[in-house]
Formats: sequence, C-alpha cells, structure tokens
Amino acid sequence: MATAHSRSAARLMISPAVLVLLGWMLIPLSMTLYFSFLRYNLLMPGTHDFIGFMNYRFFLTDPAFFSALINTLLLVGGVLVITIFGGVLLAILLDQPMWGQGIVRVLVIAPFFVMPTVSALVWKNMFMNPVNGLFSNIFRALGMQPFDFLGQAPLASIILIVSWGWLPFATLILLTALQSLDRDQLEAAEMDGAGPLSRFFHIMLPHLARAITVVVLIQTIFLLSVFAEILVTTNGGPGYATTNITYLVYAQSLLQFDVGGGSAGGIVAVILANIVAIFLMRMIGKNLDV
Amino acid sequence: MRRSIWAVGAVSAVAFTAAAHAETITIATVNNGDMIRMQKLAEDFTKNHPDIQLEWVTLEENVLRQRVTTDIATKGGQYDVMTIGNYEVPIWAKQNWLVALDDMPDGYDADDILPAIRSALTYEDKLYAAPFYGESAMVMYRTDLAEKAGVEIPDQPTWSDIQKAAEAMTDKSNDVYGICLRGKPGWGENMAFLTAMANSYGAAWFDKDWKAQLDSPEWKAAVNDYLTMMNDYGPPGASSNGFNENLSLFQQGKCGIWIDATVAASFVTDPDESTVADKVAFAQFPNKEGVDNHGNWLWSWNLAIPTSTDSEDAAKQFIAWATSKDYTKLVAENEGWRAAPPGTRTSLYENEEYQKAAPFAEMTLNSMQAATPDKPSVQDVPYTGGQFVAIPEFQGIGTAVGQMFSAALAGQMSADQAIQNAQQLTTREMAKAGYPK
Repeated sequence: MATAHSRSAARLMISPAVLVLLGWMLIPLSMTLYFSFLRYNLLMPGTHDFIGFMNYRFFLTDPAFFSALINTLLLVGGVLVITIFGGVLLAILLDQPMWGQGIVRVLVIAPFFVMPTVSALVWKNMFMNPVNGLFSNIFRALGMQPFDFLGQAPLASIILIVSWGWLPFATLILLTALQSLDRDQLEAAEMDGAGPLSRFFHIMLPHLARAITVVVLIQTIFLLSVFAEILVTTNGGPGYATTNITYLVYAQSLLQFDVGGGSAGGIVAVILANIVAIFLMRMIGKNLDV
Repeated sequence: MRRSIWAVGAVSAVAFTAAAHAETITIATVNNGDMIRMQKLAEDFTKNHPDIQLEWVTLEENVLRQRVTTDIATKGGQYDVMTIGNYEVPIWAKQNWLVALDDMPDGYDADDILPAIRSALTYEDKLYAAPFYGESAMVMYRTDLAEKAGVEIPDQPTWSDIQKAAEAMTDKSNDVYGICLRGKPGWGENMAFLTAMANSYGAAWFDKDWKAQLDSPEWKAAVNDYLTMMNDYGPPGASSNGFNENLSLFQQGKCGIWIDATVAASFVTDPDESTVADKVAFAQFPNKEGVDNHGNWLWSWNLAIPTSTDSEDAAKQFIAWATSKDYTKLVAENEGWRAAPPGTRTSLYENEEYQKAAPFAEMTLNSMQAATPDKPSVQDVPYTGGQFVAIPEFQGIGTAVGQMFSAALAGQMSADQAIQNAQQLTTREMAKAGYPK
C-alpha cells in the first residue's frame, strides 16, 4: 500500500529522468516546428524569413506527396500482412518437436540481424538483378523471360525485402507466445474430437491475439520510417513508385538542402504517424485490456 | 578538437622543438579509386612537409556532397580541404564560401590546366578550385561485335549511326544488348546523360527568361529516342543501372555500345578487370544530324579550400602537391602511366609514354576539348554547365526529373506523361525559388 506521502516522494525521485526524456523529445521537435515556418535553404545563405505555412503548402501540394502517403500505408500494410501470416505459420512449425530445433531457430532468426542496407544490396544485386541475379537465372532455366523486379514491381519488391527482415521478429514473438500455451487444453480439445484447423482457430489464435497486437504495434512504428531499403535499391523511383513520406523528407532536406521544407515534411510525418497510431489503438486496443 | 590539437602540439613542442608548428588539415574526399590512391601516396607529401599532418575523411559521393554542403553552408569549419565537383565551384565561389587559389606555390603552372576545365573552375577571373581529375563523355563500343554485325561507328557518330549499330549488335538470346545507358534516377546519374543527350539534340533546360523547356520538341525527340533505344536494344532492368552497373555489364561483355564518362575507358581496357579489354574502341559523343553540339559533358573532381578553414596555407600546399605535374609522375612511377589522373593537364596528353599506355588518351582529350560548358546549348540560355545546370536548385530539380524519366524507362508511365510531369515540377520548383532572378 503506497501512502500519498511515499507516492509524492517517488514522483520527485523519477522527475529528473522524466525531464531529461521530455527534453530529449521536445527540444528537437520544437526546433523542427520553428524551422518549418522559415524560408531556410542551406544553399541560399542569409535568408531566414518567416513565411508562415508556405513550406506546408508546398509540401502538401508536392506532386509526390499523395503517392508517398499511399506508398507509406501500402508498405506498412503489406509488410504487416506478410509478417503476421508468415510469422504465425513459422511459429507453429518451429513449435513442433524436431531434430536440430536449436539450429533451425537460429537460422530463422538470422535475417533480423542483417543490416537493412546490406540485405537490400544483397537482394538487389544477387537475387533481383534481371541480368545476373539468381531469380533471373531460375527464370531462364525454366525457359521464361527474366522479370525486372525493381523496375516492374518496385513497391512489391521493397515490401518483399522489408518483410524478409521483419519476419524473424514476428516469428520470435509469436513462438514465445505459443510456447506459453497450455498443452492440456490442446490435448483436451483433441480428445473431444476437434480437428487441427478448429484447434488452431479456437484455441491457438485467441491465445496469440495479444502477441499479434504487440507485433502489429511495434512493427508499425518502425515500418512508418523505412528508409535504408529504399535508398539502396530504387532511390524512391521509378517515378514516385517507392517514395514514402520518410524518403520524401530526406529528398527535401538532404537532396535539395531545403531545411524549411524538410522540417515541414517532418512535422507532417509526425502528425500522420499519430493518426495511424490512434486508429491502430482503436482497432486492436481492446485486445490490450485484460 | 582544435584546442586539443594545439595542446598536443604544445606538448610535442616541449618534447621535440622541431615540431613547433605542427598543423593538422582535415581533407574530405570521395571513395573513388584515384582518391584512394592519393591517400596511399600522401606519405610523399608529409615527408617533405613534416610540420603538416593529414586527416582523411573518405565518403561515398552522395554522402560526401551532403556533408561538405552542410558544413560549408553552416560555416562548420570541419574541413580544410574539400573535394567538390565543378557544379559546386562557381555556385560556392559566388557565395564567398571558397578561398581563391590565385597565389598557388611556384611550379604549380595553372596555364597547363585544360582550358575547358579551367574556365569551369574560374569565377570572376580567379581560380577557386584545383582539378584533381577530369572527364567528358564518349562512346565506347566493342570492335568484335561491330565487325560481326557488319556495322562501322565513325569517329564522330550521329545518333542514327548509334541506333543502327545498336540494332545490329543486339543478340538477346546470347545476353548481348546493343546499347547500355544510364537509367538510375539522379541528377548525376541518368540526368547527366540525358542532359548531355538533349544538348546534342539542340535542346535546353531553360530559355532566356528561366522558363522550363522540357516540353520543347527537341527534348521530346531526345527522350523518345532514348526510350526507343533502351527498350529495343538495352538490357532488362535498365531503370536501375547507373555508371557502376553499366561498367560491370560492359566488362562482362554484355553491352555492344556504352556512352558514358571518359574515365570509364581505363576500366574497360584494364585486362585484370575487363573480359573485353582488347576489343574496345572509342568515338566522340554523338550528335543529331544538323546540330553542332556533342553534349558538352564536362566534369571534374577538384580540391578547394572553404573560407572557414584556419590552416589556409597548409591546405594550399597540400592542394598544390596533389594536383601538380609531379603528382602525376609519382603515380606513374608507382602504378604505371595508365593510372595517371586523367583530364586535367595538357602536358599529360603531350607525354608519349602516356599516349602509349592509354589507347583512350586521344579520344578523351578530343572530347574534353570539344566541351563548352559556358555555352551548353545551341540555343541562347541564361545558365552555364554541360550535363547539369549550374544553379543551386538543380540538384533537387534534376533528381526529381530523373525519377520521371526513370519511370518512363521502366514502363510505369508514357514518355509524354513523364515529359509533362518533368515540365510541371521544374516550373514549380523554379517559382518556389523565385526565378527569374
């Protein structure tokens, strides 16, 4: 039982940490907000005039903005669908007792530890390259025309690359959840004549619901800001096919050295991320209360 | 940082009175082969200048550009010597961001620098950067394939010669593609090539009032011909091929013709790296019949000193060493004449040993001398620059336009749609930047 007195003492003691964290977040955010109202381009020194919402207007009316928004959502959605489905299936597979279980698990987890830039380069040059890549050689061996993945289906290819990196993460979380499932329940269901499918849908899936929620939330936070894979493989192209909001902000700030425009883009991205987060919480938040 | 260096200097001054004025200069450079070689050979400089210590920051081109631009624009003063392209030099000189190099040490011989390069690095009659190596663009093609196909490429080909030859050389069943060109989006990637190609079609980026001209008939013709060639005779996946990708395709013998930077010549004729080293010939950058313009591609990597430096003299001495005739000799002694940094000095091309060692020397020199970046187009234009437009906004505009043409090449939009989008976004960016100025 905490008394009112000890509670306030506790608050006092954690306040330095809270203040540091607040500063950590608020100072950069408020500087970004401040820059976003200035005409501030690194290549044109001496001009820092206040221009109101002009940067926002230019960012939101940028022909690339709408495609970037759609691409961001498609990228997050696509990777989530693949990793959740694949993760559940892999988790069930790895949950089976088998020979060499430890090694198999390590192999399945491995892609998560490959740096995004490295994995993107490997995929681009060794698998997807239409002249020298592994896939094109397979296509040729089967007597088909090689498919130019990053040229013809750029966003789908990026989704594939990112999914490959995040699948282990989903698998790992879901596997630990599965291992906490009470075996007696499964056995009892089997004795009552439930087939494998109904066992999965009525016992395993409800049990996994909370773990899936966690995976969705954590991955969404990271996937909204996918960048390295895009920079390395397609540079946001062809056209705007793989430009997401993050890449658009990068292009504004570091390719055009437009600090004002980039900051406005950053603020827009923050607002969008919050909208997505609110929707997510609404949709699956009920899974989080006990 | 500085203070600690001075402290170290002070301590060592007590210890060794000889090192009383030890200065450290920080050099930002690109991770290209020639610059890596410069680092290896830098001992020659430090041997003769024991009072100057060198610190290297070597980065990939785009990262380097972001770092040095941010540093110089915010007066960061991190670097004493910067490696920058001839795109940046006039823009930065105009902002008073660079130290003029008009009082280089004796023996530097600025008159020996190729005139095209020298004028590109000069602002208001003063040199603001010293060229380390330079390039233009030319046609590289496979003699064996041309012979097999029964076509000849003249020394000064037109675009129809190139199209015919590419068609004749294409043999897709054997993985041989008639022509490889850049398609990867970026102002220094596909737009460098396409701007040069448009120049040779008589097109221009802007008219005298800074109005975008991308929807002019000349641009349309250039873009349509580029797409036709690449779709019919080019390799698959060309929309993500840049300089390096095309280089490796050509070295593996998968390209009939490759039109790109002259620097590539020494790589495709290098027997250690290229499977077709002895089967390559060169020709000048093509032009369209009736247009007297060979693209005007001119690029050089140069060493310059930001005004924010605090070791100007030491930096000048280093630059004089790295861009001197003696440095070229040093490279030749260590690695052979083929490896000498090309495209900056007339004396190199008059050197018989170099001509013997480098079969591409003559065509490189011709290409570089044919470039007139101060008059990029046959039309009257308000800007300078060959395969780029020398205004600060061009990096952003060029990259965005490059995305459009890359999308057209990937078949994601029609050529007309890409041209229209390019025209719109260029107009929009120019309005945002407040042109005409």
